[in-house]
Amino acid sequence: MSRIEERPGRGKEALLAAALLLPNVLLLLVWTYRPLVDNIRLSFFRWNLGSPRSTFIGWDNYVEFFTSDSSRTVLWNTLIFTGAAVIGSMVIGLALALLLDQKLFGRGGGVRSLVFAPFVLSGAAIGVAFQFIFTPTFGLVPDLLRTIGITPPNFYQSAGWALFMVTITYVWKNLGYTFVIYLAALQARRRDLDEAAEIDSASAWTRFRMVIWPQLRGATFFLLITVMLNSFQVFDVIHTMTRGGPFGNGTTTMVYQIYQETFVNLRAGYGATVATVMFLALLVITLMQVWVMERGREK
Amino acid sequence: MSTAQIAPHERRSPVSAVSGYLAMVLVVVVVALPLYWILAASLKERSDIYSVPVTWVPDPVTFENYDGVRQGVPFLSYLRNSVFITGTLTIVQVVIGVLSAFALSFLRFPGRTLALLFIIAALMVPSQITWISNYALVAELGWRNTFQGIMIPLAGVAFGTFLMRNHFISLPGEIIEAAEMDHAGPFTLLWRVVLPMSWPTVIAFTLITVVNEWNQYLWPLLMADDASTAPLPVGLTQLQDAEGFTNWGPVMAGTVLTMLPILLVFLLLQRHMIKGLTAGAVKG
Repeated sequence: MSRIEERPGRGKEALLAAALLLPNVLLLLVWTYRPLVDNIRLSFFRWNLGSPRSTFIGWDNYVEFFTSDSSRTVLWNTLIFTGAAVIGSMVIGLALALLLDQKLFGRGGGVRSLVFAPFVLSGAAIGVAFQFIFTPTFGLVPDLLRTIGITPPNFYQSAGWALFMVTITYVWKNLGYTFVIYLAALQARRRDLDEAAEIDSASAWTRFRMVIWPQLRGATFFLLITVMLNSFQVFDVIHTMTRGGPFGNGTTTMVYQIYQETFVNLRAGYGATVATVMFLALLVITLMQVWVMERGREK
Repeated sequence: MSTAQIAPHERRSPVSAVSGYLAMVLVVVVVALPLYWILAASLKERSDIYSVPVTWVPDPVTFENYDGVRQGVPFLSYLRNSVFITGTLTIVQVVIGVLSAFALSFLRFPGRTLALLFIIAALMVPSQITWISNYALVAELGWRNTFQGIMIPLAGVAFGTFLMRNHFISLPGEIIEAAEMDHAGPFTLLWRVVLPMSWPTVIAFTLITVVNEWNQYLWPLLMADDASTAPLPVGLTQLQDAEGFTNWGPVMAGTVLTMLPILLVFLLLQRHMIKGLTAGAVKG
């Protein structure tokens, strides 16, 4: 450090640093941190977005959120959607990565790019496309089900099937991400351990459980957190496929509820309350991630 | 992976090879079929789309639906808006992100750790919590239905700064020190020394930004009421509303047009894109 202290023009360097950082810091201050604080303030008000008047109502919004029946449905939907999306995309992504890590002809470029491609596509466009694909009469999925002798459910007229449909759609879109991360982790693993297991003539399952899986711990943990945070925040697929329905809130998750209450029902204060609760939940998840990672590092 | 690294278990028995190929075919079908279906529907005649059981190949092939897209909504202006918004935001974010990361990595100034924390911590703020207040502020400024209303609230760069800084501090210190010994100024250091060693990461950062901004949906939906500023994904849902539930042909053509540009970018530059999207995942 002493060499740096002696360097001439430190004041100039600080000035330059300020100039380089200022746009970013200002943008984040005005459009990320200010609304974060303002949102928490708004959660204690009753307010119709667009009206200049708002009324302070204390904890009323929070009481409503934690006692109403509709929030129970919304929390349940969020839990089911997030849980199924995380487990579904991670298990299938891992299976695909294990499959395409094998030496199979044609596993390279083509198939890998194909599996990854849906991840870069617009969620809104995928929602619109899958709405078409799940249409009861002439949709592809109902038609395929009929072909193999199954009477297809009406995906749009049952809350359970509608939630299943948006989850499947999201998993299809997100699969490529978990696949690519797992594949990268598999290819970075120690191959000599595979050989050792081979010499001990371990079965494929034993080899996976004892040799490969422990080496994927870092990737698994990373995916668990990122996929959870991402699927928790899904809006575009739900908005384009079901508008949160059927029956009012059949596929409404917390994020959709924030949108619905604020911009459709014009209850911005209540929307802000849901957003605050969601922020705190995500913060806890993120802090747990940091905590577990730090603990892992100490070992 | 080179052939030298192939582990013994990859010498496969015929049975497991066959089941491996079957699984691979299944994967290809599950991923490709929906994409094929959208494309096929966009090329089908109206009656063909609604036939039960479904028809697999458009016969005859027609481009009417693509004309229908332009008749239903001003699709070309959505496309132009998307290109403009994505292009401008990407340039702005990459410049701001690289400059911030450079300052945080190579310049010494009081409060450096604080500035770093301030930018990185923004990653923990979910965008949903900013919607309501930002909407109110943009409305107050009279920026609804303007490009600045869509772009400025999205322009701050937390992830890109994090990504670039992680890369910058991994660069060999001796080269940076050598440049400083030669009294290279900060801009010479950035332009002649740091950036030439950093292009792959900058490209990855750029591509993630392009993908993210092209696919933005909710914020433009809130900001843009008409075709003067709305980008493609928003235009697509407006096409759907305009067509109701009856006319899927043009809607599928619109879907293809919304997906196609990013798919082409992806196919051309996938290696870089995957690097950016998976950055930091495996080492941790």
